[in-house]
Amino acid sequence: MSLDEIYQRLTEILREVFDDDTVTARPDLTADQVAGWDSFAHLRVIFTVEQAFGVSFAASEISGLKNVGELAQLIQAKKSGS
Amino acid sequence: MSSELYANLAWLPQPPPDFRARCRAVADDARADGRALAALANHALNENRLRQLADAVRALRARDGALAPLTPFTLGVVGNVTLEPLVPTLIGSAPRHGIALECVEGDFAQTVQEAMSPDSRINRARPDAVLLALDFRGLPLASGFYDGATARDVVAGAVAHVDALRAAFRANGGARVIVQTLAPPPESAFGSFDRIVPGTVRSLCAAFNAALVESVRDGEDVILDVATLAETVGLADWHSPRQWNVAKLPFDARFLPLYADHVCRVVGALRGKSRRCLILDLDNTLWGGVIGDDGLEGIVLGQGDWTGEAYLDVQRTALALRERGIVLAVSSKNDDAVARRPFAEHPDMLLREDHIAVFQANWNDKATNIAAIAEALSLGLDAMVFLDDNPVERGLVRQALPQVAVPELPADPALYARTLAAAGYFEAVTFSEEDRKRASFYQDNARRLALQGQIGDLDAYLASLQMRIVFRPFDATGRSRITQLVNKSNQFNLTTRRYDESEIARFEADPAALTLQVRLVDVYGDNGMISVIVCVPAGERTWEIDTWLMSCRVLGRRVEHMVLREIVEQARARGIERIVGRYLPTERNGMVRDHYAKLGFRLVSDVGGTTTWELDTADEPPAASMEVDRSGFELTTA
Repeated sequence: MSLDEIYQRLTEILREVFDDDTVTARPDLTADQVAGWDSFAHLRVIFTVEQAFGVSFAASEISGLKNVGELAQLIQAKKSGS
Repeated sequence: MSSELYANLAWLPQPPPDFRARCRAVADDARADGRALAALANHALNENRLRQLADAVRALRARDGALAPLTPFTLGVVGNVTLEPLVPTLIGSAPRHGIALECVEGDFAQTVQEAMSPDSRINRARPDAVLLALDFRGLPLASGFYDGATARDVVAGAVAHVDALRAAFRANGGARVIVQTLAPPPESAFGSFDRIVPGTVRSLCAAFNAALVESVRDGEDVILDVATLAETVGLADWHSPRQWNVAKLPFDARFLPLYADHVCRVVGALRGKSRRCLILDLDNTLWGGVIGDDGLEGIVLGQGDWTGEAYLDVQRTALALRERGIVLAVSSKNDDAVARRPFAEHPDMLLREDHIAVFQANWNDKATNIAAIAEALSLGLDAMVFLDDNPVERGLVRQALPQVAVPELPADPALYARTLAAAGYFEAVTFSEEDRKRASFYQDNARRLALQGQIGDLDAYLASLQMRIVFRPFDATGRSRITQLVNKSNQFNLTTRRYDESEIARFEADPAALTLQVRLVDVYGDNGMISVIVCVPAGERTWEIDTWLMSCRVLGRRVEHMVLREIVEQARARGIERIVGRYLPTERNGMVRDHYAKLGFRLVSDVGGTTTWELDTADEPPAASMEVDRSGFELTTA
């Protein structure tokens, strides 16, 4: 799966979760830049990502993420089977 | 996977792709009321969508207050678990059950304080009920390898704790309490032996649940049976160690919509919103096959056949509902006498005519019939559930009568009964002698109602089906199916002429005959071959319609009009000026007695019921109501 495709789907997911059509997934996007992205919303993003991409994250993988870029890379790694 | 039925609320239709935009539109629309919220809620919504809907509920409430016709209900929510995701999923699910829900959230893990303190947030709000969301970790149920007497004390202590919370909320907040049974984790200390050892988590949860039920019975408080819900989807899926460790979620977040729906069923039941009547389709819902075409011997029911048993399960479910006071009715597209025969004569039928309060078998649309049933029973449309295997009928009723609950059904009839039960339309919080007897109050023995007028905009609904009718001449590929239909069709059959394959092949090869095999495709898929036409020369520039038959499954969709249009166009192209139709009456084809009259033919003769009709091809044919796909003909314009 290409990073472009991943960012496209992440954008859809963020818009669904935050009910906000102005949000766009980009590598340097962080939680504090999005209204309502608290720890509960974070879990919803993760769960929605897991369902949408058909992947599963370990707790340690989620807690280390600094920005959307790292999330996208994690997804790509999982989709390529590594 | 069977648990997907529950997790995905598969009895509810999928939401439209622009669901989020529709929620916003409702929030912004000054004329929107509770009905718009209910319409949005009546879909299979995941957590994100329930939140979007909850935002619309709040926006509408801020503007309008009451949210009529939904019934307002304030629910306090406390527990030892994360409450934040529960609240919006509850608020978004409630309109599905006729409720406009407001929630008051207690502080995290401050259950005792919220209960005992008269000016806690929850008690000050004086809610209608408090949901006590305690799981097995939130109760004094310390497991251990102690003896039976100690285990009984531990359980009694935990029940006493819950009793004290209930009493406190009642005294301080004026609220009744919704208490939860416990879902134990799938892990065990020994294995099967856990049930024998009284202090294991498994044994303690089972004993606690039993004791809790006794404590709550006969009181004002009610049970939310989380134990059974968790078992139904599977304890291993219900409990997610990761989600508990990361976020103190008592169960996997993907069950939030299911959990919220179950809470709202109980709240709805408390406000009398549970459904009261089940309206049943007949063909392919209560038995396999079409009674009008297959006859008593041909329908599939019971008799050790696994499909037949599936339909018996549906009947068993209906009968069991009737026994607890749910009224049964029938709405079927059939001749009345034909539809009643299995009830009276089929040895495997479990349902009999006197189980059915109102029996509507006719050729009118089901929305009109269902509205008549509701009125005859003096029940609101929001008390009705309509079970039908046909997605087109389901769509029509949902559109014309949005208050009627119409469950989606899977392709496999073996899952019909389970899907109906999973939908939980008939939740109760009480069960009285009167309930038990209710069905007999309606013992008017399968009343038949006369219909006045018509409900809903049928033409608009039909247009939304995006139907495409496909005409081909008889060909080798279609030959065996054509032969099958010609020999099987009894009801919508004007002349009931039976031909074998060689005779059909002869029509195929006859240049003077017009043959049509007709398929219908709609938004739900390909209905296959649904009509067969044969026209033969019958004098100068005249055709006679030798064969006109149609599947009853596509009645009411103006297929006959499109077929006539095609016949007329093809006739004109070949210089035919007159078309003759005949009706040869049989025991089974009474429904097409007026077929030619309805299509604008004029009556030429009537000999003992056998009628002959004529149409000039120069006359205006019926207007087109769907797309036409035609090929394989050699049309030469005259």
